[in-house]
Amino acid sequence: MSRLTPENEAIARQILRRYPVPKSALIPLCHLAQEQDGYLADDAMEHVAELVGVTPAEVIGTASFYEMFKRHECGTYLVNICTSISCHLMGGDELLHHAEEALGVKAGGTTADGTFTLDGYECQAACTEAPALQVNYRYFHKVTPERFGEIVDDLRAGRLADTVPPHGTLARSRQSIPDARSAGAAHPTVGEAPVWLGDQAALHDQAPGDEG
Amino acid sequence: MTVSDTSPPVAPIISSRFGLDDGHTLARYEATGGYQGLRAALRRPAAQVVEEVKAASLLGRGGAGFPAGVKWGFCPPSVWPRYLVVNGDESEPGTYKDRILMERDPHQLIEGALIACYAVGLSQAFLYVRGEMALAQERIAAALDEAYAASYAGRNILGTDFSVDVVLHWGAGAYIVGEETALIESLEGNRGMPRLKPPYFPAAIGLYGQPTIVNNVETLSNLPWILTNGAAAFGALGDETARGTRLFAVSGHVNHPGVFEVEFGVTTYRDLIESPDYGGGVRDGKALKAFIPGGASAPWFFEEHLDLPLEPGAVGRAGSMLGSGAVVVMDEDTDAVRACHRVVRFFARESCGKCTPCREGTAWLEKILQRIIDGNGRPSDVGMLLDIADNISPQITWPPRQTTICPLGPSAVSPIASAVVRFREEFETYVGGPVEITTPIRGAAYQRLEVTAS
Repeated sequence: MSRLTPENEAIARQILRRYPVPKSALIPLCHLAQEQDGYLADDAMEHVAELVGVTPAEVIGTASFYEMFKRHECGTYLVNICTSISCHLMGGDELLHHAEEALGVKAGGTTADGTFTLDGYECQAACTEAPALQVNYRYFHKVTPERFGEIVDDLRAGRLADTVPPHGTLARSRQSIPDARSAGAAHPTVGEAPVWLGDQAALHDQAPGDEG
Repeated sequence: MTVSDTSPPVAPIISSRFGLDDGHTLARYEATGGYQGLRAALRRPAAQVVEEVKAASLLGRGGAGFPAGVKWGFCPPSVWPRYLVVNGDESEPGTYKDRILMERDPHQLIEGALIACYAVGLSQAFLYVRGEMALAQERIAAALDEAYAASYAGRNILGTDFSVDVVLHWGAGAYIVGEETALIESLEGNRGMPRLKPPYFPAAIGLYGQPTIVNNVETLSNLPWILTNGAAAFGALGDETARGTRLFAVSGHVNHPGVFEVEFGVTTYRDLIESPDYGGGVRDGKALKAFIPGGASAPWFFEEHLDLPLEPGAVGRAGSMLGSGAVVVMDEDTDAVRACHRVVRFFARESCGKCTPCREGTAWLEKILQRIIDGNGRPSDVGMLLDIADNISPQITWPPRQTTICPLGPSAVSPIASAVVRFREEFETYVGGPVEITTPIRGAAYQRLEVTAS
């Protein structure tokens, strides 16, 4: 329940500079807020609104469309078990059922200690490795009930801390564009042909017309 | 992490580094021919690079299969800046190829994006990676940092006057964002809802209202090879109507599921499913019941379609599509009603809600199927499924007719028509009585006809 910390605000401003229009940074900044708090807090959304120059209502309007953004506290480990067609054929439903029993919560629920949130999920692009699951968007492939037990034990004991960060953190490394190397954001009002096209910009103009 | 391996009877174009532990690093990429395509492009005028890609007849690998070079040509004259948006929002059930390309060979994608920017005069590139793909985001972030440091990206690339920033962007969970105008809406910070057409291509009006090229990850990953080896070498592979190779993910009930790069037109579905080089046959010696030939949106194929070549024309005439390169195999023990429900449920959950036929139609299809599975279905429910399907996509034909502004709604019709026509008796068992079908079902793949390769 907080605004972005000064450190995160500095990261936010770096991200903002990459976009020609600030609102484009809305989703990345919501991820940053979720990384900070583990979920998308109201105060953080207000802060994101200030940073990108829209109303808080517009931030929640966008964020509520996307299922990765959690409006309420979520377990440290979000376990999403794929039950889409390929995983369904290979035992994804049975795995989800097993997980419900093993963790003592139904899909959508969080364990009493706040460690695990369990959910069924649609296709995660691991179809050849079915049944698959993600813990905080880190893949585990061909998961048997036994393997599921090991994963849960390892997470509880902190043995997977290097591979699975707490909920909210996606990529643990961020892109950094050094000022000296940056070509700069291309603002939509620039209106000039790119310099490297030179005389050919006119040639490009001969390209066949509009949509077909 | 388990490796989804590829076995290459064909010399690979885009999967050549999948087997390397360090294929994602700049050092290994350069040591294996990396950034030679960009160098080759920069030695030539931009217009020539466009011609080379047009000559290669590179078809888009996202699902629609539109020629990339032609798409590039749709930018209106004298409107600047133009943008590149890379579609890395892979989420169609059964589809697993763009993630592997982004995780294992991010520099190949970045190089492809840079070639496109140079050729078409695109002033900035955005790599939109699916939100759930954390490793792909990390690998691309690291690769971009390396590319900037080595002067492959950013200002004055390789000492030339070509300058472009390549920005990693990432989503937050929404299949519909794979539709290119929804992708642009999302990149503008909005709800990911497709835009009304026309214009049909964002090349006319796209990001921030400017001309925008949206290309799929696999499409762009072909460009370094094409620029290094030439359009003629690319054209020597594959079929007259579909050149080069394509990644196929073979999943479901096969002995050896995996992601395979195969030549268009030469390989058949039978090869892909049965050959020891690929899927290795239906699991446990079982018989084939059905297979999805090109992602969850595609009408299902059956035994009689196995000898069709992997070529868009032949597959299209048979009433389905190569789509996203996802082949999902179902063995004889598969419950067709449950499999159908599982595919339909996906589209019901992922409908953005903008168009009524899709928002209401997919939701009702899913609810009725659930009722049937739960044992509460009535014989009239099956006819109702088809009636709703006909409302979403009239005549249930192929290619599907659209009552919506994007193809998501009609995608839910394919599994319904496929399962009901072919496995009507399974529905009858569930609903406890004979089923009457009066709705027209015109798509070729929905008929019980012998189909031969042509």
